[in-house]
Amino acid sequence: MNIQPTHSSRRILLPVRQWFILFSLAVAFFLNLIPVGSAVGLPDWVALVLAFWSVREPLRLGMGTAFVVGLMMDVASGSVMGQHPLAYLLLSYAAGGLSRRILWFPLVQQALHILPLLLATQLVMVVTRVVGGADFPGWSYFLGSFSGALFWFPLTFVLLLPQYQPVEKDENRPI
Amino acid sequence: MSVVGHQPPPFFKRGPAPLARLAFFVILSLVLLVLDLKYRYLELARQGVATVLYPLQRAAYTPVDLYEQLGGYFSSLAAVQRENVELRRKELESAKWMLRQQHLELENQRLRQLLDMKARQPVTSTLADILHAARDPFSRRVIVDKGSQHGIVAGQAVVDEAGVLGQVTRVYPLQSEVTLVTDKNQAVPVQVVRNGLRTVLFGASDGQLELRFLAANADIQPGDQLVTSGLDGVYLAGLPVAKVLRVDRDAAYTFARIVCEPAAGVEKHGQVLILGLREALQRQVEETEARDRPVKPKRSRRRDG
Repeated sequence: MNIQPTHSSRRILLPVRQWFILFSLAVAFFLNLIPVGSAVGLPDWVALVLAFWSVREPLRLGMGTAFVVGLMMDVASGSVMGQHPLAYLLLSYAAGGLSRRILWFPLVQQALHILPLLLATQLVMVVTRVVGGADFPGWSYFLGSFSGALFWFPLTFVLLLPQYQPVEKDENRPI
Repeated sequence: MSVVGHQPPPFFKRGPAPLARLAFFVILSLVLLVLDLKYRYLELARQGVATVLYPLQRAAYTPVDLYEQLGGYFSSLAAVQRENVELRRKELESAKWMLRQQHLELENQRLRQLLDMKARQPVTSTLADILHAARDPFSRRVIVDKGSQHGIVAGQAVVDEAGVLGQVTRVYPLQSEVTLVTDKNQAVPVQVVRNGLRTVLFGASDGQLELRFLAANADIQPGDQLVTSGLDGVYLAGLPVAKVLRVDRDAAYTFARIVCEPAAGVEKHGQVLILGLREALQRQVEETEARDRPVKPKRSRRRDG
């Protein structure tokens, strides 16, 4: 029986380190900065990593972090100030609120939970900009959410890697 | 405070409720949005953060750079030779025009002096490289590698070898952001070469341009060349901007739907020229008026992208 709700493996995870959360956000930010030109369907890495930590550690990752990261994204991408913070805040809040529910599911179904969250994030950005007078970027813009949901599976393993502890066979240990 | 006078243990303290925090930050970002969209107050803050992020952005460009170098390495010698032959041919073709241009410019200058007209402004220009397209998918902008350190200011026109590319809309210390003519909010005053009809060209979606608000019976036809009219005080007159692709005249609408194709390689990457700012067109001040009150220097009128 699978008692531990956090993961399908029975391993007990080590506690997460705060610096690793910030480090992973910085790496995601760097990935977002890589100019890909007209390539569509690449996920918003920052949104994905924010959603991941909001689901995993809702008490460690505050909305202040989401706000600051969003502001940095605004400047880096040259978009309107406040567009990314607003979307990331709502994402972080929703993912944090749903975390108890999401973590009960296996990874594939977790990804299905994340997909509407990412789509809503993009929708918030589209509404903000279109109200502000910008052009609708086309439906292919939303492909990024689908690829992001596909990345949920590998991302979980990569980001939880520092928390795994070596498997030791100890017959006397109760758990 | 509990009855026995103990504070609750610190691990129960979590600050304000999540919903309150959310409301606070949402209001903060809405305020930012309004400040930036409506009043553009945040440019200084943006400059500061952009300067801090600049090394990171350059670092993020290295993977793309490496990829391009790798691609260039594998591009065959034959392709380069073919390009070389083509360029030689083009140079020869344009040489006669260049020679003639020098002659014409001299003649023009003499004639202007003869007519005692104000000589045309000399054009200064800066060569810049397009680094990459801006990440923002809602607008059409590119980042070029010259900024305020190189004397670029917002409002300068940007051209490539074929025509007008856009306008500098935001300047960072070492980079600047060019809004392309295909951006929805970018307008260029143009003139039809064939008959001198003046109008304004707007960006449309999918990399095309649109002439809005031209009457359904306006004298315009597919294939017409559009050049800048120079009335805005930003673009020099006579730079090619676009070619009319098709004209839909529908009697149900007051205006014709005119789709144009940009002349410059708007969606391509390469080198561009950033032209120097023109002096603003001085409005003719009536002499009587000028005598009555002191003349204030007119500020140059600039459009934001």
